[in-house]
Amino acid sequence: MNLKELYQEIILDHGKNPRNLRKTENFNKDAKGHNPLCGDKVHIYLKLNENKKVEDISFEGEGCAISMASASIMTDLLRGKEENDVKEIVNDFLEMIKEKDEIKTNLLKDDEKTKLMCLSGVKQYPMRVKCATLSWHTLTSAIDNFQNEINTENMET
Amino acid sequence: MNISNIKKEFPIFDNKVHNNDLVYLDSANSSQKPRVVVDRIYDFYTKEFSNVGRSVHYLAVAATNLYENTRKSVQKFINAKDANEIVFTKGATEAINLVASTFGQNHLEEGDEVLLTELEHHSNYVPWHYLRKSKGIKIEFAEINEDGEVTLESIEKKITPKTKIIGVTHLSNVTGAILPIKEIVQLAHSKNIPVLVDGCQGAPHLKLDMQDLDCDFYAISCHKMYGPTGLGILYAKKKWLEELPPYQGGGGMIGEVKKDGITYGDLPNKYEAGTMATAQVIAFDESIKFLNKIGMDNIIKHEKELIEYGQEILRKNNSVKLIGNPKSKGSVLSFTIDGIHPHDIATILDEDGVAIRAGHHCCQILHDKLDIAASARASLGVYNTKDDLDKLNSSINKCKKIFELK
Repeated sequence: MNLKELYQEIILDHGKNPRNLRKTENFNKDAKGHNPLCGDKVHIYLKLNENKKVEDISFEGEGCAISMASASIMTDLLRGKEENDVKEIVNDFLEMIKEKDEIKTNLLKDDEKTKLMCLSGVKQYPMRVKCATLSWHTLTSAIDNFQNEINTENMET
Repeated sequence: MNISNIKKEFPIFDNKVHNNDLVYLDSANSSQKPRVVVDRIYDFYTKEFSNVGRSVHYLAVAATNLYENTRKSVQKFINAKDANEIVFTKGATEAINLVASTFGQNHLEEGDEVLLTELEHHSNYVPWHYLRKSKGIKIEFAEINEDGEVTLESIEKKITPKTKIIGVTHLSNVTGAILPIKEIVQLAHSKNIPVLVDGCQGAPHLKLDMQDLDCDFYAISCHKMYGPTGLGILYAKKKWLEELPPYQGGGGMIGEVKKDGITYGDLPNKYEAGTMATAQVIAFDESIKFLNKIGMDNIIKHEKELIEYGQEILRKNNSVKLIGNPKSKGSVLSFTIDGIHPHDIATILDEDGVAIRAGHHCCQILHDKLDIAASARASLGVYNTKDDLDKLNSSINKCKKIFELK
């Protein structure tokens, strides 16, 4: 249990000054996520171009430092990536939070992986894992055009 | 029993949390258990266990007597007229569901109104919502004022000729407002409307007198009263328990069972179907003895001092905003800190052994009204001290430091 691992400088920075906290103009995919236990809410907007590349990704919402930082870092890292690569990165991140020690994908640079690993501190706080994963699950739902709002109570992590 | 030294009666405080002494400020959620209650459960299972109300052997008779003895203790504790007005349930939630369901069956039709307040816990809203779905009733909410109170006038404003029952909390689990129940009941009865009181926070912190309050139903949560989980109490006036239908069917609640018809048992068996939470009921007698030994007057005085002290130090703390400022306030200090989400506050406080709750505390209607997604809540019990509140305050300062707030 280490509070410093959870609230690293980068988390506090992204939590207080979230990047991409806005609504993408002319977005073509979006989804809402909600954690009913703590009231965290997120709305992810995605604009994919004709080559299925992420031209823009943004989010609106409110929540704790962990959930805001997670959405902020996620949107920062995924701009410019192809849709399939986005899916791979999302899965890799969720697996890391769930059980693996590191981010494995080759689609991210080392410094980008380091950023994501800053969120691994939540593993020691099972009640806070959903704060870190909400925006990622919501992004998956946006890509898959899943109709229902993501609700963290209906999923494993 | 001296309240200033009461922590030693609770074995949980012998444990460390993250190498710190436990500062337990989550009693509105559930209270800790005194040793006498824990021991009673162990003793009952190891020396006296039997099911109650059925067999005639030695253990069954003894257990039945113990079980019924708690009913009498509860009757006395809340000054009910008759022990048969005490129904054991699996919790206050079930007690309210029982009222909503049975009262709904006999007395609510499409277009009828149930009047609740914006302070209500979900457990005094969702059971009524079912009737909105199944019967087409309407649910109205008496509004809070800017101090987080619901006044008699606010209730009166929402009463119409269609109002068939009023459901109100005795003590808000978020703002701490203590509602004028006696006056609300007088007003309601003058219009022939029965009143259900959610007493989850009232019962552990206020002196109860059912005959004086004159309410029709009062729901109690035993695990918030230093008692075991899995147990609640519904107090209901005898006339209602006699008139309303049974809630659940099963063993123990019947009179005669034939292929072509069934009659139901007398009170209180009519509402206690199946094997009840026997050990919990018997151990709850120790909770009542424990409360009586300290004295509710002493508990009220102790908690009032703490609430005043807590409000004073938190008001002095920059960036802390207390939620609600009711004139009559009990047991809870809910707050927000600009720039730190309540969940981050709760996680950081936890490292110091300070246990609070963060979230909407099952009161989304109220949080929507206050236009906040969540709040942090420190809630008090008999075992808390000014030192606990000082530790809360210094942990809050640690949060502010981590988040670089002034």
